[in-house]
Amino acid sequence: MFKLKRFLRNYKKELILGPFFKLLEAIFELIVPVVMAKIIDNGITAGDKEYIIKMIGLIILLGVCGLGFALTCQYFAAKCAYGFGTDLRNALYSHINKFSHGEIDKFGTSSLITRINNDTMLAQNGVNMFIRLAVRAPFLIVGATIISMMIDFKLSLILLAAAVLITIVIAWVKKKTLPMYNKIQRGLDKISLLTRENLDGVRVIRAFSKQDTETKELEKESEQLSDACIRAGRVSAILNPLTFALMNLGIVAIMWFGGIRVNNGFLTQGEITAFVNYMTQILLVLIVLANLIVIFSKASSSAARINEIFDTVPTINDRDNSEFDFSSAAVSFENVSFSYPGSSENSLEGISFTLNKGEILGIIGGTGSGKSTLANLIPRFYDITSGKINIFGNDIKDYSCEKLRKIMGIIPQKAVLFSGTIAENMRWAKENATEEEIVSALKTAQAWEFVSALPEKSTPIFLRGEKIFREVSVRGLP
Amino acid sequence: MFKTLLRILKYAKPYKLSLIAAIVFSFIGVMLSLFVPVIVGKGVDIIVGEGNVNFTELVKICIILAAAVVVSALFQWLTSLATNRLSYNTIKDIRIDYFNKLGKVPLKFIDGSARGELIGRAVNDIETVSDGLIQGFTQLFSGVVTILGTLVFMLTINVKIAFIVVILTPVSLFTAAIITKLSHDSFAKQSDFRGELSSFTEEMVGSQKVIKAFSYEKRSEKKFSEINDNIKKSGVRSVFFSSMTNPTTRFVNGLIYAAVGAAGALSAKGAVGFLGTITKGQLSSFLLYSNQYTKPFNEISGVVTELQNAVASAKRVFAVIDEPAESSDENKMVLEHCDGSLSIKNVEFSYIPEKKLIRNFSLDVKPGQKIAIVGPTGCGKTTVINLLLRFYDINSGVIRLSGIDTMEMTRSSLRSQFGMVLQDTWLFSGTVAENIAYGKPDATREEIIEAAKAVHAHSFIKRLPQGYDTLINEEGSGLSQGQKQLISIARIMITDPPMLILDEATSSIDIRTEQRIQRAFEKIMKDKTSFIIAHRLSTIKNADTILVMKDGNIIEQGNHQQLMDKKGFYENLYHSQFASA
Repeated sequence: MFKLKRFLRNYKKELILGPFFKLLEAIFELIVPVVMAKIIDNGITAGDKEYIIKMIGLIILLGVCGLGFALTCQYFAAKCAYGFGTDLRNALYSHINKFSHGEIDKFGTSSLITRINNDTMLAQNGVNMFIRLAVRAPFLIVGATIISMMIDFKLSLILLAAAVLITIVIAWVKKKTLPMYNKIQRGLDKISLLTRENLDGVRVIRAFSKQDTETKELEKESEQLSDACIRAGRVSAILNPLTFALMNLGIVAIMWFGGIRVNNGFLTQGEITAFVNYMTQILLVLIVLANLIVIFSKASSSAARINEIFDTVPTINDRDNSEFDFSSAAVSFENVSFSYPGSSENSLEGISFTLNKGEILGIIGGTGSGKSTLANLIPRFYDITSGKINIFGNDIKDYSCEKLRKIMGIIPQKAVLFSGTIAENMRWAKENATEEEIVSALKTAQAWEFVSALPEKSTPIFLRGEKIFREVSVRGLP
Repeated sequence: MFKTLLRILKYAKPYKLSLIAAIVFSFIGVMLSLFVPVIVGKGVDIIVGEGNVNFTELVKICIILAAAVVVSALFQWLTSLATNRLSYNTIKDIRIDYFNKLGKVPLKFIDGSARGELIGRAVNDIETVSDGLIQGFTQLFSGVVTILGTLVFMLTINVKIAFIVVILTPVSLFTAAIITKLSHDSFAKQSDFRGELSSFTEEMVGSQKVIKAFSYEKRSEKKFSEINDNIKKSGVRSVFFSSMTNPTTRFVNGLIYAAVGAAGALSAKGAVGFLGTITKGQLSSFLLYSNQYTKPFNEISGVVTELQNAVASAKRVFAVIDEPAESSDENKMVLEHCDGSLSIKNVEFSYIPEKKLIRNFSLDVKPGQKIAIVGPTGCGKTTVINLLLRFYDINSGVIRLSGIDTMEMTRSSLRSQFGMVLQDTWLFSGTVAENIAYGKPDATREEIIEAAKAVHAHSFIKRLPQGYDTLINEEGSGLSQGQKQLISIARIMITDPPMLILDEATSSIDIRTEQRIQRAFEKIMKDKTSFIIAHRLSTIKNADTILVMKDGNIIEQGNHQQLMDKKGFYENLYHSQFASA
């Protein structure tokens, strides 16, 4: 989590002022029981009406100020957390955009998507809660303990003991449940994968009439998921009742020992009430703290998943220190070898050829012989393992990827279109293409015939199979 | 909203024991925990001052208090256990139903829905239902019990001071309502933007390789940050509004605390006569109550928001579950023996009613014949396959397999007669062997290897890191398109069905391998009826019948020689292919 703190740098003001205001509120909150004890001991016992009214007024005043401080803090917290989350998401997305195909393959698409969408939200939630509660909760606990120590040191030991016991309980539950929550997350990932697979392969699944098998598979996974949830729930269900019991048993102890102290004249009735009050206050705060710990542990496991991405340095680093020399050979391979990341075997070995401007190179070979791999090296989707590739006179690594790919038109085997209109899809490579250019490109790719028959020029994409392919071929024209 | 709630309750029915247990346990737990302040108050009253503490009474009170606390904690724990069982089992059933339905809806529904949407419903929406509805329900219940219980206990201590609290109740309700309203509106916006972001990333990251090919990164980052900014704006609002809950609760609590304190303190000595008298201990109980009185109001209003979200999510899930399924296969016959003959008579079909696609389509196929379908893009070749396997049902006309109307037999018995290899290969995450044995899970390793050998896949599978046990993941584990295609052909080889459909099956395979596979196909196609869709006319030259389709109609029909002699569309197509190649 701390590795992500750089995304907080624009929100330093909120990060410091937020907890500060929260602290003010907490201080005010701590004073109230003392005032009330004074009312009971001084006001009621002495029957001093004026004193009572004055003190009640003080309590209301403390409340109003507390509300103001708290709202200020909440606002800063929301602003800081969302600022943090937004910056983080932008950075994460642009980092992923720098990945070569190798890194994308390593993480897998759906895992990247969850990290962008869900993990950043959880991390951001962690920041929000940190500002709101990380200062307030410990302060209230420590403050309540100190004040009660000032009232009666011996009796405050009970309070302290209860607080320590509860902390141990919370730590134990947290330690137990953290790996369980990770397991639940994996279960959810599996469900999402299964659903995706079933949608992608719907025709094959139905052709084999395997719907029942697939449903059984999902049933099995759902069963495991709900078992994991129930098991984790069983452990975390202990938390609240146990803290409740410990705290109230603390109150029992205060009553008993407090009774003795009062009997011996060391303590007053009002101070007992204050003690009981602090005890409940500590209980409430500890419950908040327990929830906070759950939020933090979720945030920190999300942060770890996010950092995994940031820590993955794109193997393709962008330098931009060469211009194309269009008089040189367009593409030349010198003894190029390549192996996919994680594979020990070379997919390409000792490839050399030179291709001049305007020439056409045909690549043929058996399935899996490396044709697409070779093609993928030219736009530098992967970096080669050894040898050298020159594009227009310079090493391929001396151009920025953007510049390099701008001069190429690539038509992949699998046709992909994005949601939006056909025209928008056509403008992918050339952002400001005119309508005439689009029509003429469509005509070149023999696609104008069906595109012009569509109801509107702004027809949303809903084409299948070959049509998409043609469309993509069009887009690939430089 | 009410209907959706009832429907979820119906799902909870098998777990009604857990539901009843949750309600009963929560009632006992809450009531006992509310009893605590009363006892504490009594205790305080006993501790009067120096030398004036009745220890025999104090012991009794301490024991009662300890007992109440322990029993209440026990019941709170049991409540959580029951709620967990209830909620997780219920959503498990909803999820299974949802998935089940996805296996039964017509393909039209799946083809016409965004994939990310359907996945989102299966994962996120169902989780929201669990969080909001089922957990929310018990919270709602315990909140109501807390409020009513507190009132009852306060009334038994002192009617008039309790009355002050009741008078202040609208303040709690009012603030809770305002906060809920404010945060609900911006939460709705927030979830819209998040949905937008998630489908954007789904699409962009899903096709990251295309983005790279077009150097589209910068522009997609710009769009991403635009959506992101919207999230920020609405997010700050929604989080701020909802985080007002706790401070305002504390404030309202403080007001009640002060009012009770004032009333109590003033009446403790009978200073203000009409309020009656109250002991210091009773005042102490009152203070404890007022501290926890507002909390359930906020919890309830929070639950209401969550309920609304959950109902919205549940509606989205139920919308899929309510999709009409394909027409039932019940009472349809099971085709056990298929002779391989097929007849299509006067078939009409369209995806969209306004746009007729297949018109007056008729064809007679004798057992063992090899039918090729060719034609320009969009002429309906693949549609014919969709109709043969009943992925879509025809609008009119009749298709007979082995002399029997395909509408009269079960889909599974119809489809099991066909082996289908599609242009888009689909492999699931599992081992290579599992993928090959997909249609025949009990196939032996020998059968699997034999099938792989038949399609010339054995040699490359052998070279994979774990051979046949290599795991294929989402991205295909570095298999080439052609290799994936070979595995999906091996999958058909192993089931050995009487009819074959090859829709551009060899489009990603090199010619040499293709020819070898052709020979393998020919071997198994010997007495099988087969349909071949191909662009490369060379691969279908020796088909028994070639159908030339254009705009949903068969415009020419015959074998290669007949069609060439005819000098029509086919001949033209054939020459254009060889000229350009």
